[in-house]
Amino acid sequence: MDIVYTIWLRSVKRYIRSKSRLIGSLGMPLFLFLVLGFGLNSVVVMPGMEQGYIGFIMPGIISMSVLFTSVFAGIQIIWDKQFGFLKETLVAPVSRFEIMLGQTVGGATTAVIQGLIILGLSLFMGLEINNIPGFFVAIIFMTLIGLAFTAFGIAIASRMEDMHGFQLIMNFVIFPIFGLSGALFPIDSLPEWIRSLTLLDPLTYGVEGIRYGLLGTSQINPAVSFGVLSGFTILMVIVGSYLFRKISI
Amino acid sequence: MYAIEVENLVRKFGDFTAVDNLSFSIKKGEVFGLLGPNGAGKTTTMSMLSTMLPPSSGKASVNGFDILKDQDNVRKSIGIVFQDQSLDEELTAYENMDFHGRLYRIPKSTRQKKITELLKLVELYDKKDNLVKTYSGGMRRRLEIARGLMHEPQVLFLDEPTLGLDPQTRNHLWDYIDKLNKEKGISIILTTHYMDEADKLCHRIAIIDKGKIIALDTSENLKNDIGGDVITIISPERDDLYSAIRSMPDIKNIELHDSSITIGIQNAEKHVAHIVNIASANNIEIKSLSINKPTLEDVFLHFTGRTIREEEANSKDKMRMIRKAGRR
Ligand SMILES: Nc1ncnc2c1ncn2[C@@H]1O[C@H](COP(=O)(O)OP(=O)(O)OP(=O)(O)O)[C@@H](O)[C@H]1O
Ligand SMILES: [Mg+2]
Repeated sequence: MDIVYTIWLRSVKRYIRSKSRLIGSLGMPLFLFLVLGFGLNSVVVMPGMEQGYIGFIMPGIISMSVLFTSVFAGIQIIWDKQFGFLKETLVAPVSRFEIMLGQTVGGATTAVIQGLIILGLSLFMGLEINNIPGFFVAIIFMTLIGLAFTAFGIAIASRMEDMHGFQLIMNFVIFPIFGLSGALFPIDSLPEWIRSLTLLDPLTYGVEGIRYGLLGTSQINPAVSFGVLSGFTILMVIVGSYLFRKISI
Repeated sequence: MYAIEVENLVRKFGDFTAVDNLSFSIKKGEVFGLLGPNGAGKTTTMSMLSTMLPPSSGKASVNGFDILKDQDNVRKSIGIVFQDQSLDEELTAYENMDFHGRLYRIPKSTRQKKITELLKLVELYDKKDNLVKTYSGGMRRRLEIARGLMHEPQVLFLDEPTLGLDPQTRNHLWDYIDKLNKEKGISIILTTHYMDEADKLCHRIAIIDKGKIIALDTSENLKNDIGGDVITIISPERDDLYSAIRSMPDIKNIELHDSSITIGIQNAEKHVAHIVNIASANNIEIKSLSINKPTLEDVFLHFTGRTIREEEANSKDKMRMIRKAGRR
């Protein structure tokens, strides 16, 4: 546990110090918020949604924030590899599983903080949460998304030599995961074949879980969301630590 | 008992053999040097011994533990300063040390004491709370060395420890390494390109080239083998000078080159006056005269009959620089 804590501590310190990263990563979600939220709010009518379209996409944008931050946190071990710091950790008498776990928990922490900042900002912009337990439900789902996708980032980073492939991963893996997740549209109104794709996307269950927590309504039963997302998280941690164990420097 | 034992160690990268059937052993408390040109296989050997790279064949043990079967104990026994930087630049010096201490499970009170002690030792204590990215190359190197010592390893690996340091810092560090070995009895294996470094620090030196040991002995013996110091004389009448001093006693070897004469001789300082006297007695002009302690180049030339592949080495160095620059 000490080791996990040590690695976690480093991730969090680095995150807090990089102000530019912190602020930079708020840009995209805010942009979506403003353009989609306020832009479409009056055009799109969401039956049964008190807070309108902007209320609907808020959980989606929080998920996006958590998703991007965590994948990026995982992929960061490529920097550690290139800057040589990874050697320092790998040559110590600690198991690679502990290192991987520390990285995962650290990445998830920063991702959840990022999600909470977005949540805070959206409250500021007039959205309301009046359900405190629901708020904690949302945090649990954010944590699961954070853990799963940091582990996913580590898995990818373990197989990548340098950051060149990063753009590729972003465009062909991360954006589709976000786009298909029902973050921006209700899955019930989709044509059947896209709907099945959406249901294959693990992020969908995260978005739905957060939506349930914050808005009190969701299209997927929150227990199902929790089950599927937890399963995916465990799978990713296993895959991530398996690939990380074989990392060569 | 040996600090390190290596038996027929081989490492291949594809068809290329980087470490070729290496065997040697290092006694407890010994400082052992691996001296060789770029690409000789020094770092590859260090990586295998520190469990960072599996060997293709052969075996080795560190502090009595097998590097394949008992990796955890090997890692507990060693401290290592890598050739390439391995610090977290976004953390302060203190935090880098603290991270290390926690990884090696050093209890808090000891950890704090050790960090203070070591940072003072490498004269970085005043800057302990500065981010490492604001450090100069030499300061980083010193920090890495301090860090490698924190958990009091039995065997210390230093891969080109003085790379990029100014002469003063280098001397300072040499003294310190020497002290560590003498006072704490830490066994040390270090790699270097510099004969003087190996000479100053190492009890025994292995000269390696293309993955093979071509000579292994004390530096005294190695230098004796090549005839001691080297005197280089430039003179317009070098043929005359050559015949005049050729018969001088003590000269181990004398060679005539395009524009110079080189003389291999023990304690060159003592003989210079005599040579100059002979020259002036014969009315031979001497344009310049220099005494060199034997370098890796000389030793190399002697044992392999060829010079270090200078060209190749340079381009490799350049490539490394470019690669590093690209990372920033
Ligand atoms: N991961 C690798 N893949 C392929 N070849 C490698 C790898 N690592 C090292 N080599 C090759 O093995 C040889 C020995 O490299 P090594 O780094 O051990 O040399 P070295 O003696 O440490 O040199 P230097 O003085 O430049 O540090 C070199 O020819 C190098 O190109
Ligand atoms: Mg090297």
